[in-house]
Amino acid sequence: MAGKNESVARTLTVAFLVCLVCAVVVSTAAVTLRPVQQKNQTLDRRVNILQAADLYQPGMDVEKAFNTIERKFVDLETGEYVEKPDSYDQLKAAKDPDRSERLSGEEDIAGIKSQADVAEVFLARSDDGELHRIILPVRGYGLWSTLYGFMALEADAKTIAGLGFYQHGETPGLGGEVDNPKWKALWEGKKLYDEDGDIAIQVVKGTVDSGTPNAENKVDGLAGATLTSKGVSNLVRFWVGEKGFGPYLDRMRNKTGGEA
Amino acid sequence: MAEKTKDLLFGPIFDNNPIALQILGICSALAVTSNLSTTVTMCIALTLVVAFSNFFVSTIRNSIPSSIRIIVQMTIIASLVIVVDQFLKAYAYSISKQLSVFVGLIITNCIVMGRAEAFAMQNKPLPSFMDGIGNGLGYSVLLLVLGFIRELFGAGSLFGVQVLPSTADGGWYQTNGLLLLPPSAFFLIGFFIWAVRAWKPEQVEQDDFKMKPHTRVSDAF
Repeated sequence: MAGKNESVARTLTVAFLVCLVCAVVVSTAAVTLRPVQQKNQTLDRRVNILQAADLYQPGMDVEKAFNTIERKFVDLETGEYVEKPDSYDQLKAAKDPDRSERLSGEEDIAGIKSQADVAEVFLARSDDGELHRIILPVRGYGLWSTLYGFMALEADAKTIAGLGFYQHGETPGLGGEVDNPKWKALWEGKKLYDEDGDIAIQVVKGTVDSGTPNAENKVDGLAGATLTSKGVSNLVRFWVGEKGFGPYLDRMRNKTGGEA
Repeated sequence: MAEKTKDLLFGPIFDNNPIALQILGICSALAVTSNLSTTVTMCIALTLVVAFSNFFVSTIRNSIPSSIRIIVQMTIIASLVIVVDQFLKAYAYSISKQLSVFVGLIITNCIVMGRAEAFAMQNKPLPSFMDGIGNGLGYSVLLLVLGFIRELFGAGSLFGVQVLPSTADGGWYQTNGLLLLPPSAFFLIGFFIWAVRAWKPEQVEQDDFKMKPHTRVSDAF
């Protein structure tokens, strides 16, 4: 190596220039590609909502299908609908101390630290306008990462119609199997509550078959991903519980009971 | 010169394979090979990063002060990796979701650093670029073999298309779950190294030491 390169000034200059060039390249790529990436993310989120509601077919026009889905906002404490602008971002609100509630360690089984006061829900209606699916955004900590997804409930607000995650960083092939369609299919038709009305849904180790007691409340764990399975179990229990959509679901059940 | 380019390009495939001979880059070889579509994406991403990092490091090799050369190489590699990751997120969203952190981890892939330090710092840009492509190919060959075996026998499919009908879907093939788990890649890499060294015995390393024959037990009494 030539000696002329070794002075302090030279070292600083080279370091500065390399950083400058690299920074320009990286930020150009990030900025120019962001619109495409955001479009992908929105599309992916919508596909996930449709999938959770069992309305998705490959190759369909997602924009158009999404028009039949109504977005509403729920005050989590009372379970009542409230008005919010379209741009409301639940995840941002959850980080803002004025618009969220810190969860104590005992309450926070899903590991999300703080819960927004107002959450969004999506209502899918069938062609004759009847409520078909209630789709709830859920999130919680698995092994490495927070899993973000949607859970769809039947109109009775106590039967699961589907569960899917659109973002997580679990180990591909192990915890990443939460995306496996076969595993997701296991959730369909499971009941959230036992006969006494307590939350009973859970992911258990091993396989659930018709001989298992309370099989309607239990879902097979993922082999090789005990902690991710536990995380999913906890997050489902959290989001249908008192600090999640519990009050809202109670209200929905009483309403449908009244109608029937 | 043409002979030399050929050497740079195809030497690393079997004669000097970065994984099989130098035992570098094992981590990602375990992590991304459970199906072929992620494997192919990872191979392309890594090959591009090694080639261009070699090229750029080599271009400025005479201006890099030796005291900060590693961090300069790292900065170049990291920038390239971020750019590749951004492109994947924009144009191959679902695959980039499956690869998740492993694209970012190319930064710490020993092959990239190794080639920048060992080759690009001493050679002209064009040969360095070729060397990068060559090592990328060497990495890719091994990953594709792993991905092919793991997906075919682990899930009965190739590129997500069912080839062997699995028993779970009412076919005859009992899928081998072990192959989908990372440890299976260790066994397969072991077999690959064995096969390459049986074919090219000059790659077998000298023993570090020789075992002495047994001493006679009777002497102790």
